[in-house]
Amino acid sequence: MRFKYVGQKMKRVDIYEKVAGTAKYVTDLAFPGMLYAAVLRSPYAHAKIKRLDVSKARELPGVKAVVTSKECPYRQGIYLVDRPIFAQKRVRYVGEPVAAVAADTPEIAQKAIELIEVEYEELPAVHDPRESMKGEILIHPDLESYERLPIYNIEPEKNVFHHHKSRKGDIEKGFAEADLIVENEFYLPQIYHAPLEPHGAIAFWDFNGVLTVWSSAQSPYTLRNLIAHAFKLPRHKVRVITPYIGGGFGGKAGINMEGIVIALAQQVKGKHIKLIYTREEDIMATVVRQGMYARIKTGVKKDGTLTAWEMEMIFDGGAYAEYGTNVVRAAGYTAPGSYYVPNLKIDSYGVYTNHLVGGAFRGFGHGEFHWAVERQMDIIAQKLGMDPKKLREKNLLRPGLTNTMGQKFHEHTGNPKACLDKAAELIEYDKKPEQPKELHKKRGKGIAMLVKAPAMPTNAATAVVIKFNEDATVTLQVSTQEIGQGFNTAVTQMAADALHIPPEKIRVVTPIDTDANPYDWQTVASRALWSTGNALYRAAEDALNQIKNIASQVLGVAPYNLEVEDDRVYVKYDPEIYIPLKDIVMGYTYPDGHAIGGPVIGRGSFVPERLTNLDPETGQGNAAAEWTFGAQAAEVEVDTETGEIRILKLVGVFDAGKVVNPLVAEGQAIGGMIQGLGPAISEEIKYDDKCRPLTVSFTDYKIPTIADIPEEMKIDFVETFEETNPFGARGIAEHPMISVPPAVAAAIYDAIGVNIYELPITPERILKALEGKGK
Amino acid sequence: MIIRMIVNGEQVEVDVKPNETLLDVIRNKLHLTGPKEGCGNGECGACTIIYNGRPVNSCLVLAPEADGAEILTVEGLSKNGKLHPVQEAFIEENAAQCGFCTPGFIMSAKALLDRNPNPSKEDIVEAFAGNLCRCTGYVPIIKAVQRVVKEGRKEK
Repeated sequence: MRFKYVGQKMKRVDIYEKVAGTAKYVTDLAFPGMLYAAVLRSPYAHAKIKRLDVSKARELPGVKAVVTSKECPYRQGIYLVDRPIFAQKRVRYVGEPVAAVAADTPEIAQKAIELIEVEYEELPAVHDPRESMKGEILIHPDLESYERLPIYNIEPEKNVFHHHKSRKGDIEKGFAEADLIVENEFYLPQIYHAPLEPHGAIAFWDFNGVLTVWSSAQSPYTLRNLIAHAFKLPRHKVRVITPYIGGGFGGKAGINMEGIVIALAQQVKGKHIKLIYTREEDIMATVVRQGMYARIKTGVKKDGTLTAWEMEMIFDGGAYAEYGTNVVRAAGYTAPGSYYVPNLKIDSYGVYTNHLVGGAFRGFGHGEFHWAVERQMDIIAQKLGMDPKKLREKNLLRPGLTNTMGQKFHEHTGNPKACLDKAAELIEYDKKPEQPKELHKKRGKGIAMLVKAPAMPTNAATAVVIKFNEDATVTLQVSTQEIGQGFNTAVTQMAADALHIPPEKIRVVTPIDTDANPYDWQTVASRALWSTGNALYRAAEDALNQIKNIASQVLGVAPYNLEVEDDRVYVKYDPEIYIPLKDIVMGYTYPDGHAIGGPVIGRGSFVPERLTNLDPETGQGNAAAEWTFGAQAAEVEVDTETGEIRILKLVGVFDAGKVVNPLVAEGQAIGGMIQGLGPAISEEIKYDDKCRPLTVSFTDYKIPTIADIPEEMKIDFVETFEETNPFGARGIAEHPMISVPPAVAAAIYDAIGVNIYELPITPERILKALEGKGK
Repeated sequence: MIIRMIVNGEQVEVDVKPNETLLDVIRNKLHLTGPKEGCGNGECGACTIIYNGRPVNSCLVLAPEADGAEILTVEGLSKNGKLHPVQEAFIEENAAQCGFCTPGFIMSAKALLDRNPNPSKEDIVEAFAGNLCRCTGYVPIIKAVQRVVKEGRKEK
């Protein structure tokens, strides 16, 4: 394909409304006679509900509906249907919905909530997933009976909602061949997405049985699917509309709090019910990233060749499995990431606790396992007395080798070596950092690799519709949600090149409406550019064929001798013979009035090609469609007296395939790396001893502010053309976040010679590590 | 109770409750939904407006206090269908992604440039200390303000 618009720094198509303040989000919508919802939540992390009495709330004037699990006895869940919309006899985390009210005003709704009487019998709460696996307290005694996708492997007696196994080669032989065995444990806590827009939804249930939901969901079709499944409704009577989304980062994937307003709407048909979460509710009662404990045992030869990799990951899944099932699986089939190891044994467990619900988060298990893997690589290098970059280089995947699930690496799979080299160049890896005059301040540099494929079902489908308008402009319908990632801009550029029409003549339909827009599985997994791009290409081919077929009849020229360009379709060998597109796209009318053809509507459908499920015992198979590699580097300054870290420089290099829009790509990379800085240095959901979350505001849960950003950031891209996408593009949305923490930790080691094993890297952890070194 | 304000250059009268926030009045009664509620506690800055010449978290102001105030929201920046130079600079520097925090950042930027037409990088960082963004990593927002400063100089 000829690239005229793909590869250009086109301005974002959605930015004008966003700077004007006219871009509409769910919270900005209102309807005449709308009711307001409020939710009663569990104050306990684990308890039985002995008594629940809502009668006083019902009697309050202005209250139009009260619902509990009695009226709404449904559960929801994307891969494992374990999460009740309202607690059923038992609560499993602080903040779990117990009842909800719809009333004329938010104040009345709140007052009604306070009138609901609940009696709990507190149960011991499970804090640590490793303890949970002992099975002394069962968090889901009925786990076995829950509906689930068969690819997930539950271990009910251990509170495990998925155990993923990867086995390759002969692990014992691998250790026997090693000159050195290195064993370490790592940990990272749960963290919160913190989109600036809290979750929100409005539901309207009409008397014709049609349910309409306006939601801040990332994935309109999967939301529709999960609503229909939970409430047992036919899909054609559920309509989901998603306006602009104020940041998702995975936290708005799938279904979340929508069931609450839907249950209320079911009780008061014909009324709109609105619920916008407070920040506290958003932190407690949506989803967070799972915490993880990892243990790695690695066998390595003196020259740095990895011979064996045994790894156990125990994910703190919180009270319900959510996307966690697949997070655990993705980490289990990808670790140890960018490196080739002939003998592997990986066990990845998703474990229930009474913490907040773990779910999808930008990186989807990869930020988690890379923390452990990349730290382990640094420590191995230290033990071998080898440069950490050289150790990585030696073991990188390259053409002909296989990854953890046994997929063969090809030239077009990506170029991790080029990413590593470029990152090293940008951080000036070979140049020692200039040390500050104060002796207690030390500077260092570190580097880390990363890789991720879209973690999605083998049949994750998508479709695109291209509608030509009367003047030969184009209306483009996709169901990939614009959540800030810039998809509407990228897809406009791709459509422009596929249709040979300038981007000014193309507009992407927003908001997405499942009644009108074609199917797309989800806006997750860094898959949209790749999979919607494929569907778009097919839709463009379809539209161009229709145009050429009509023109062929009019001009008496074979369709393959015709070309579309800008405002016309012309004869390739004689471009002066042409028909204006506007005379064709609604059908061509001859001078005598008779017409042929009709409105041109291009349709493109796509499912990933040749993907398979994985063998349940070995994890071997073909579950990943395409891989994005990258390398990240950091330069830091550590104050050895206070333990404070200053981030001087961050570098990110990603093999994006063809970069569709360098402006948007760089913006996304910078933003993602700052988001990755949060878990590195400050972010953590903290609990008290009864599993009550303590960090439920922006004061207590610290995301990076403008004062935390490094003095310098460098982003670059390697462009190994992705052969499985007609534009050569692959996803880069999640990757910038992944390996910031290990790069920072590597830089800290370089600066002060101590290893950090746990996130976040707080001044306390630095000082403690320094103390340990002194001994 | 009835309060009177000048909002985006126009005199308005609005009936408010004593415990209502100015943000709720602006969004729900004046139907200006540019300012957003990101936290309701003055921690995120998404609701920033210019209030008697100063950037203020409108979620922290009780509506009755605003009687007699002069208020500018993001909607009041464009003139004759044209965006304000600060908004144009945000476009040029790709300084918005999801866009939810953007109106707040733009108002903080406008307030900064009104009181200091030539801010240093430190001044810019300080001016945005109360504005959180989870998408952009702040770098393009700083550049957008620097662009306004540079372009302003060019005009003179």
